Amino acid sequence: MRKVYLDNNATTRMREEVLETMLPYYKDIYGNASSIHEFGRLARRGVDDARLKVADLLGAASAEEIIFTSSGTEADNFAVKGVAHALRSKGNHIITSSIEHQAVLNTCKFLEKDGYKVTYLKVDKYGIVDLEELKRSITDKTILITIMYANNEVGTVEPVEEIGKIAKERGVYFHTDAVQAVGKAPFEVKAMNVDLLAMSAHKIYGPKGVGALYIRKGTRITQLLHGGHHEMGKRASTENVAGIVGLGKAAELAKKERSEEIKRLTGLRDYLYKGLTTNIEDVRLNGHPDKRLPNTLNVGFKYLEGESIILNLDMEGIAASTGSACTSGSLEPSHVLTAMGSDPADTQGSVRFSLGRDNTKEDMDYVVKVLPPIIKRLRAMSPLYDEKGK
Amino acid sequence: MEGQYSEKVMEHFRNPRNVGEIPDASGVGNVGNPVCGDIMRLYIKVDENEVITDAKFKTFGCGAAIATSSMVTELVKGKTIPDALKISNHAVAEALGGLPKIKMHCSVLAEQALRSAIDDYMAKKKAQNS
Ligand SMILES: Cc1ncc(COP(=O)(O)O)c(C=O)c1O
Repeated sequence: MRKVYLDNNATTRMREEVLETMLPYYKDIYGNASSIHEFGRLARRGVDDARLKVADLLGAASAEEIIFTSSGTEADNFAVKGVAHALRSKGNHIITSSIEHQAVLNTCKFLEKDGYKVTYLKVDKYGIVDLEELKRSITDKTILITIMYANNEVGTVEPVEEIGKIAKERGVYFHTDAVQAVGKAPFEVKAMNVDLLAMSAHKIYGPKGVGALYIRKGTRITQLLHGGHHEMGKRASTENVAGIVGLGKAAELAKKERSEEIKRLTGLRDYLYKGLTTNIEDVRLNGHPDKRLPNTLNVGFKYLEGESIILNLDMEGIAASTGSACTSGSLEPSHVLTAMGSDPADTQGSVRFSLGRDNTKEDMDYVVKVLPPIIKRLRAMSPLYDEKGK
Repeated sequence: MEGQYSEKVMEHFRNPRNVGEIPDASGVGNVGNPVCGDIMRLYIKVDENEVITDAKFKTFGCGAAIATSSMVTELVKGKTIPDALKISNHAVAEALGGLPKIKMHCSVLAEQALRSAIDDYMAKKKAQNS
């Protein structure tokens, strides 16, 4: 059976070149990057080289602004808790959005229990934060604005440049979770008013369990991990050298292929959407029509629940996902779609197709062939579809 | 989550039994709401001896919701009303080889749909007799 992987926002397949680059660091180059002997120096060289490549991909002014972490989640935790703790004497107010990834959302909720105040900005029906509300929310106690670059469920890209400007004018730090945006949106941190930016290797065809936090020079931040003097004193623990080297290689390739890949993926994504809307009725696009990640297509199939669609697609070899109810293991509908004001019944039937570099036009054609009969069969079973007919 | 579904659940999900409606049903049960992500509508046909001769369903919901609907229709067919009332959510889940913990509410919903259909049948019968 044909296998079509359309869940690249969950994770990506590691590239062959990345694996090849990593392997020596699991075998011969096993030194501790902090050791001064040759074994250590070789490992250090790998880490330094990776730092340059990540800095280049993100458009950082210098490599010292990149701190490697164990994941995107850790980078987000480090940014939010690190600034919150460093600026505790200045204020206790944090502004975020209602559609953040759990890595930011639950970190903010944790800080709330610790005496911090958090404002969760509303979003419009496309998932875009309200800049006026942002401006109104800033007080002299505000120490951090943390708003994602692009949303993982619907792909909506936030107005990060404008947010950065507002933050700078008001003298507030701005962190952005760019885990989904890196490699899929062209940007240079040095040209933006961003103080902190989180990324993750496994979303850009690199290994799982490694990420990075960009910290603009001079930004005040408290460590998350205390211990040795690793990562310029900002994060203790012996470096995951192979993982970091893998992230570096993935970053290098992402930089090189980014602009072509953005064009190609946008084309495929829109081709898939057209195929689905032509062959299935009552399909709704979730997310912004064009301010959206090139690889993300989140669509709602009215009268249906998402998991039943995902399971059927899985039986046909297609991997997609739903942020709603059942698959996420929580019984609540997607917090992102809910914040976008989507009707609860519609929220349930949403499916996310997230494309990646392995996907072809034939993959899209396969989905467009397989999905309509599934939707038809499930709708015939749905009491909500009945009511529509009557 | 999906991976945790038993073979039996997946089998009923793939080939649900008794999907559809009974136009001249003796009772119809409607439970759930779209906010929770499940709606079940259960139709039963009851003969003069109080035996359920047919059952059909329509369900909006996840894999477990569809499988429990399918299973409950299988379980009630041929049962008398008093026996059908004894079918618990655990019986439905057990007949499916178990359900993941977070999906147990689907079996509860199936039991409720059945009760609701029986209630509807009783109410209709009472209305006819009075
Ligand atoms: C927007 C966003 N932030 C953070 C994360 C967490 O990254 P990681 O899986 O590396 O911890 C993810 C990935 O699931 C994500 O999509």
